[in-house]
Amino acid sequence: MKFTIMVNEGPYQHQSADSALQFARAVLAQGHEIFRIFFYHDGVNNGTRLSVPPADDRLIQKEWSELAKEHDLDLVICIAAAQRRGIMDEDEAKRQGLDANNIIEGFRISGLGQLIEGGIEADRTVVFGD
Amino acid sequence: MAMLHIVNKSPFEKVAFRSCLNHAKAGDSILMIEDATVGAIDGTSFSEKLKAALADKSVYVLGGDLAARGLSEDRMIDGIKAVDYAGFVDLTVENETTQSWL
Repeated sequence: MKFTIMVNEGPYQHQSADSALQFARAVLAQGHEIFRIFFYHDGVNNGTRLSVPPADDRLIQKEWSELAKEHDLDLVICIAAAQRRGIMDEDEAKRQGLDANNIIEGFRISGLGQLIEGGIEADRTVVFGD
Repeated sequence: MAMLHIVNKSPFEKVAFRSCLNHAKAGDSILMIEDATVGAIDGTSFSEKLKAALADKSVYVLGGDLAARGLSEDRMIDGIKAVDYAGFVDLTVENETTQSWL
C-alpha cells in the first residue's frame, strides 16, 4: 500500500516529529511504499542541517536524511513555510539574495501542490502534528 | 467506510479527544498516541466517556507512548488494546481513511 505522510511539527517541539519518523520506519519495515513525506508549518524545521543537539540526544533531521537515502524517499518542504522560518536550499538562497543555505541532504523545497498530489496518489495519508 | 481516528492530545488538557468521540461513528477505530495515551487509564473523569465509545468502536493505545508516561497497561480501561508502531500501520491499512485530531 502507498502512504503519504504529513508532518506539521518541528523536531524537539513536542513529540510529533519523532512519531512521524517512527511511523515512517514501521511503514517501510512492513513492505509498504512511501509516496511522499510533506513537511508543513513548523514541520519544515525537520529539514535544516544546522541543528546541533547535545551529543547524547538524537539528531532528528539527520535521521530523516538517512532514512531518505536508504529508501529513496521524496521529502518535500513547503516553500512558503520554509521561507518564513529561514529554511533555504541553494537556489532559494540565491533568489532571495541570502548569504547561505541550510537544507539537509534528502529534502527538497516545493509547493502545496505536492501535498495534494500525495493525497491523490497514495492509498493512505497520515498526518502528524501538534 | 471505517475511519481511524488518531488522537494525540490529553483529554484533561484539550477538547480534541472529546470532539473525536462526539464525531466518531460505529465501526470506527480510535488510536491514542503521545499525550492522548493518558486517556486510556481507568477511574478518571474521562474514563466513562471512553467506555461508552467502546460499545460500538475499537479503541487502541500506542503502548510505547503509554509506557513513556510511566503508565502500565494493567491500569487501562478493559477492552482497550495496546499496539506498537507495526500495529499502528496495520490500523491505517485496515481503515479506509484516517483523521488526526491535532
